[in-house]
Amino acid sequence: MIFKLFHTQLSQGLAACAIAAVIALLVVLLARRRGVEMMGELPLAQLRGILQIVAVGLILAYLLHGSQWIAVPVLGAMMVAAAAIVRDRARMIPRAFTLALLSILVGAGIIVAVTILTGVVPLRLAILIPVGSMLVAQTMNMQSLFLDRLRDDILAHIGEVESALALGASPQTAAMPYISAAFRASLIPSVDNIRSLGIVWIPGLMAGMVLSGSSPVYAALYQFVVLSIIFSAAALTCFTASYLVMGRIFSPEEQLLLRPER
Amino acid sequence: MGASPYVLECIHLSRRTPGGMVLLEDVNFSLAAGEILAITGPSGAGKSSLLRLLNRLDEPTAGKVLLHGQDYRELPPQRLRRHVGVVMQRAFLFPGTVASNVAFGPAQAGFQISSRAIEDLLAQVGLPGYASRNVANLSGGEAQRVAILRSLANDPELLLLDEPTSALDEVSKSAVENVLVSLIRRRKLSCVWVTHDDRQARRLAARMLVLQQGRVQALHPCMGERD
Repeated sequence: MIFKLFHTQLSQGLAACAIAAVIALLVVLLARRRGVEMMGELPLAQLRGILQIVAVGLILAYLLHGSQWIAVPVLGAMMVAAAAIVRDRARMIPRAFTLALLSILVGAGIIVAVTILTGVVPLRLAILIPVGSMLVAQTMNMQSLFLDRLRDDILAHIGEVESALALGASPQTAAMPYISAAFRASLIPSVDNIRSLGIVWIPGLMAGMVLSGSSPVYAALYQFVVLSIIFSAAALTCFTASYLVMGRIFSPEEQLLLRPER
Repeated sequence: MGASPYVLECIHLSRRTPGGMVLLEDVNFSLAAGEILAITGPSGAGKSSLLRLLNRLDEPTAGKVLLHGQDYRELPPQRLRRHVGVVMQRAFLFPGTVASNVAFGPAQAGFQISSRAIEDLLAQVGLPGYASRNVANLSGGEAQRVAILRSLANDPELLLLDEPTSALDEVSKSAVENVLVSLIRRRKLSCVWVTHDDRQARRLAARMLVLQQGRVQALHPCMGERD
């Protein structure tokens, strides 16, 4: 329908964005019937998302003609922005920004370095920035899920955690059941993505490669590579966060610092 | 540890919240070996806050706690907490069996408690044959007896009880109190027993410390000690 009403690519794109945004808002309105209140959050997130992605598209178009080293500040800025978003999700966890940034740096940073060194990801801006950004985005999502779940579980089990401490357990031991559960839960989407690859969904990267003339088999294999390294980066990020978070939720005297908000 | 005649001494002990609210102010008392001290007072008087300081689940903002004359901040927290057992108002058992709960504390210190020892301990609290039971299937009174045993499995010298019978029905309350008193006497434990029940305090303790708005209002001998 929009192709009949709009005739330029830009106007068709804007119209498609508007329709997609309205559909999401209608679903959120439906979710209110189940007590989920996101009307205050989603429109702002949508506006922010579209402005950001269009801005990045314009910047990328300019940067792709520059030096390969430009990838470092670009991916660095993405990591800082991702850490700020994780911090907002991980409320009540002290110094969550540095926790998130260090975890993403270790998780995404190590995996990006290893894949470049082994040649899995070619050192070309046109590949490095999109693949790197996918890694940063997924490590951000999974770290948010991990910290959100961990905080909620510990707050719901303060008695059990303090009972374990009172029996002489270390903070690691006292929090371990909740760390394990949060870690496992945060990785479920990534494992399911790999498991359902090609059956439930054909990811955008593969579709893009096929559209731009790559062999469908090579595109498929490369898509598996990307999802696998996303999983590795996310798991390594959550693993790092699981250690760093202990110093935020327990005092040096091994006392639980997390308390319900009054 | 040092050679003080007291198992426990609180000296000018205070705690305020980060916002400055007074939870405890200048609390002083001592506890002799084998003594039961009851702490009473209305809700919000600071009874539980005091108990949390005694095994360092919270940090004092002023004053100090001595164990046998030694400042407890000189002890690693895990060692301190194995030495000072706690039983809370609710049992807060860990998912699993009764045996895995009882064995938890000793395992933290690297000791494995035998099945025979667990059975012996369970018999002492009137729960023989309960070792392999899932804690999810226990009644409130049974769960609290397992929580008591879990704490005693660490062989503490000092036991802190935070209203251990207040969440139980009358029948369970009496059974748990009897078990506790019998264990405290048999093991010659020193004990700080928080209760909001004055009659229970007089029945059980040698002395009673009354807290009011975080301050010690009275510290006096009890009228009659339980036989």
